[in-house]
Amino acid sequence: MQGKRKMNGHTILLLITVGLFIVLYAGGCIAYGSKGFSHLQTFLNILITNAGLICVTCGLTIVMLTAGIDISVGALIAMDCMILAVGMRSGMNAVVMVLIVLVIGIAFGTFQGFLVGYLQIQPFIVTMAGMFFCRGMTAVICTEQVSITQQTSALFYAWANAKINIPFGGYINNKGKYMTPYIRPSVVIALLILVFTFIMLRHTKLGRSFYAIGGSEQSAAMMGLNTKKVKMRAYMLSSILCSIGAVCYCLNTMAGSVSQALGLEMDAISSSVIGGTLLTGGVGNVIGSFFGVLINGTISSIVKTNGKLASSWPNILTAALLFVFIVIQSVFAMLRNRRK
Amino acid sequence: MEDNVVLTARGITMTFPGVKALENVDFTLRKGEIHALMGENGAGKSTLIKCLTGINDFEAGEIRLEGISGPVKNHSTKDAQDIGISTVYQEVNLCPNLSVAENLFIGREPMTKFHTIDRKTYNTRSQKIMDELGISVDVTQNLENYSLAIQQMVAIARAVDMDCKVLILDEPTSSLDDEEVEKLFVLMRRLKDKGVGIVFVTHFLEQVYAVCDRITVLRDGRLVGEYPIADLPRVKLVAAMMGKNLDDLAEIQKETEENVRNNDLEISARGLSHAGTVKPFDLDIHKGEVVGIAGLLGSGRSELARAIYGADKASTGTLAVDGKQVKINQPIDAMNLGMGMLPDDRKAEGIIGDLSVRENIILALQAKRGMFRQLSRAKQEEIADRYIDLVQIKTASRETLVKQLSGGNQQKVILARWLATDPDFLILDEPTRGIDVGTKSEIQKLIVKLAGEGKSILFISSEIAEMLRTCNRMAIMRDGQKVGELDHDLTQENVMKAIAGGEAHE
Repeated sequence: MQGKRKMNGHTILLLITVGLFIVLYAGGCIAYGSKGFSHLQTFLNILITNAGLICVTCGLTIVMLTAGIDISVGALIAMDCMILAVGMRSGMNAVVMVLIVLVIGIAFGTFQGFLVGYLQIQPFIVTMAGMFFCRGMTAVICTEQVSITQQTSALFYAWANAKINIPFGGYINNKGKYMTPYIRPSVVIALLILVFTFIMLRHTKLGRSFYAIGGSEQSAAMMGLNTKKVKMRAYMLSSILCSIGAVCYCLNTMAGSVSQALGLEMDAISSSVIGGTLLTGGVGNVIGSFFGVLINGTISSIVKTNGKLASSWPNILTAALLFVFIVIQSVFAMLRNRRK
Repeated sequence: MEDNVVLTARGITMTFPGVKALENVDFTLRKGEIHALMGENGAGKSTLIKCLTGINDFEAGEIRLEGISGPVKNHSTKDAQDIGISTVYQEVNLCPNLSVAENLFIGREPMTKFHTIDRKTYNTRSQKIMDELGISVDVTQNLENYSLAIQQMVAIARAVDMDCKVLILDEPTSSLDDEEVEKLFVLMRRLKDKGVGIVFVTHFLEQVYAVCDRITVLRDGRLVGEYPIADLPRVKLVAAMMGKNLDDLAEIQKETEENVRNNDLEISARGLSHAGTVKPFDLDIHKGEVVGIAGLLGSGRSELARAIYGADKASTGTLAVDGKQVKINQPIDAMNLGMGMLPDDRKAEGIIGDLSVRENIILALQAKRGMFRQLSRAKQEEIADRYIDLVQIKTASRETLVKQLSGGNQQKVILARWLATDPDFLILDEPTRGIDVGTKSEIQKLIVKLAGEGKSILFISSEIAEMLRTCNRMAIMRDGQKVGELDHDLTQENVMKAIAGGEAHE
C-alpha cells in the first residue's frame, strides 16, 4: 500500500472553510485596520460574543452527524437564561442556579432523545415541540426582561466581568494608554467544550457511533450498535452543551427575556454547515463548526466596524456564504460519484 | 450431532399471514464447506436465513450449533453474531463514511487506558487481517473509496474476525462484475480451508458450480433435497428448483432478422449523448424488433437507455420516434411518445413499496393521463386484475403492498405498469436481475411475444445468454461508447469478443 494518504473531499471542505475565514478576516483587517479591526482584541471579542454559540454549535454538530436536527436550542437558551435571572433575583446562589440549569438541560435532552431514539419520531417534530415548549415556558416564568445585577448576584456579576488577560498583542490607544487584550471566562468554557467534543467525536466509542449512525443507521444496527441509545445520547449531549452555552450566553447578556436567542438554532445550523457538516449525517467535525461560528462572527464584526451598513447585512452575507458552501459540497459529491 | 457438522436446523416451520413460508425444513452445514442454498423466488431461502439469524421467529423446529448444548434461538442479528453466525447481504451493511479499520472494529474497538479508542492497535490489526485474507486495501481510507466488491469483502472480513463458524452470504455477487466475483471466490475458498461453514445464496448457476461443495434445494417452502455437487448437474438442479423439466427455455421463437428489417423505424437516434456518461451514438430500432445492449457493468448501457428516455437529458444529438423528430426533456415527454422504461434499480427507481400492487400498476397510466383525469376505482381494479393475470404476478391480492412481494414479482409489477400504458417502445434495463430461472424464462417469452405484436424493445442485460435468446440485434457498449452492432452470428463467443474489443487476441 502507498504510504501517502490521499486527501479526501471532506478535508478539502474543511480547508476551504478555514481559508475563507482567513481571507475574510484579513480582508477586514485591510479595509478597517484604521478602525482597530486588526487588533487582537477584535478577534477575542468575536470569541467572547459567540462563546455561547460555540457550545451550542458543538452540540448541534453531534446531532447533525447522526443525520438529525435540534431546533429547540435557541428557545432552551432563552428558558435557561430566564431561570438563571429569576432564580438569582429571588436570592438563589449563582452556583446552585447554574447546576439547576444543567440538570434541566440533561432532563430536557433525555426526554427529546427518548422520543427520537426509542419512539423513532422525526427529530424535526420533536425538537420543534421542544422549541415551542421552552419559548412558552420562558414567558410563563416571567414576561418581562429580568436583569442580573451586582445586587441580585454578586458572584455571577463577578464571573461576567472577570477578565483573563493575554500577555501579548496589546496596543496603545489614542489616549496613550496600553490596552491589554483579554478574554472572559465564557471563552475558556467554550474552548474547553470544543476540545472535549473534538476528542469525544474522534476518540471514543460513542463519538464513532454517531458517525456510524449518520453513515448508515441500518448498517450500524446490523453491526451490533444500539442505535436507539446512541441517538438518545446525541440529543442529551445537544441539550447539555446548549445549557452550558446558555450560561455563557447569560454571562454576556446578564438578563433573561422572552425574545432572547431568537433564531440562534439557525445560526448554529448554518455554522455547522459552513464548517462542512452534512445535513445527511456522517460527515463533519467540530473544528469546522468552530470556524463556521468564527466566520459568522467575523461578518457581524465587519459590518459593525463599518458602522454605515444596516444590521441586516450579516444575514444576507451568511445566506450568500451558505449558498456557496452547499454548492461546493454538492459539486464535490457529484465529482465523487463521477469518479466511481 | 454428527462429526464435522457445525449447524443443523431440523423441522423449521414458519407461517406468514396466509402463506406457509417454511414447512418442516431441514438444513445441515458442515465445517469447511461451501453450501449453496437454492430455490426460486418465494421458495423460502430468505425466510430460512432469517430464521437462522434471528430476524424471523420460527414456530416449530430447532436449530443447533456446534459447541452449544441444546437448541439455540436467536432474537436479533446481534444474538446470532455472538454465537458465531454472521451474515453478509447483497447490499453492503457497513458505514461508507468510516475507515475500513473502523468498519472492522466498530462496536468492539480496542481501548487505551484513557478509555479512548486505540486507533494504532486497530489499524495494525485490521491491516494484518486484510493482508492475511489477501485483500489489498489501505485500512485507514474511508470505505466509500473502494469498489463494491472490496466493501463486500470487508464485510466478510469483519464477520470472519468475529470468530464466526457459520458465514451466510446472501446474494453477495449480484452487483459484482466477473473479475470481482472471482476475487470473492478466492476469499471464500480461503475461509473454507480455515474451517468456516459457508452458506451461499445466489441466482447464478455457474457460480454455484464454481465454488460450492453441496446444494440444498428448497421449493415452495419445502425441502426438495440435499445433494453433493457432483450428483446434481445443472439441468437437474433447475428441474429440482422448478419442480419440472425446463426444456422450454430454449424454445423461444423469435422473428427472423429479415422480417423485422422490413418494418418501419420506431426509434432513430443520431449522435445522441449525455455529457460525462455516454458518448454520441447512433441507434435504430425497427418496429417489432428486440435490440440488446451488451457490455460490461458501467460501460454506459443504462446511460444510453436513459439518454433516449430522457431520464438523463441528452446533451447532443437528435431523436426521431416513428419517423418524427422529437425533443425529450424529461421522462413524461417520452411516455407521451409511447415509451416505457423499466429501470435497473428496482428498489430506488421502480417500485413504490408502500403502495399496493394495484396502485403501482396504474401509476404510469395515471401519470400519462394527468392528475385531473383520475381513473375510476373500478377501472383501476379491472386494469390491475388484467395485468396480474397477464404477467402472472403472485400476490395475495391486488391490494397487497408491493414491498411484501418477492423480487421477481415486484419486477413483474413494474412490467405490468408499463404494459398498462400500451407502449410502442419499451426499455428493459436488467429486467431479470435477481430473479429465479422460471420467472426469467417467463419474462423472456413475454419480450418475444410483445415484439411479435409489433412493439419495439431495447433490452439490457448482464446475461448474454438471455439476450441471445431474445434479441434480433445487439449493440455493443464499451467505456461509455457504442462500439458496434452485431446482427448475424449472434453467439456467446462473438458477443464476448465484441465486448472485449478488437485488441483481444483472436
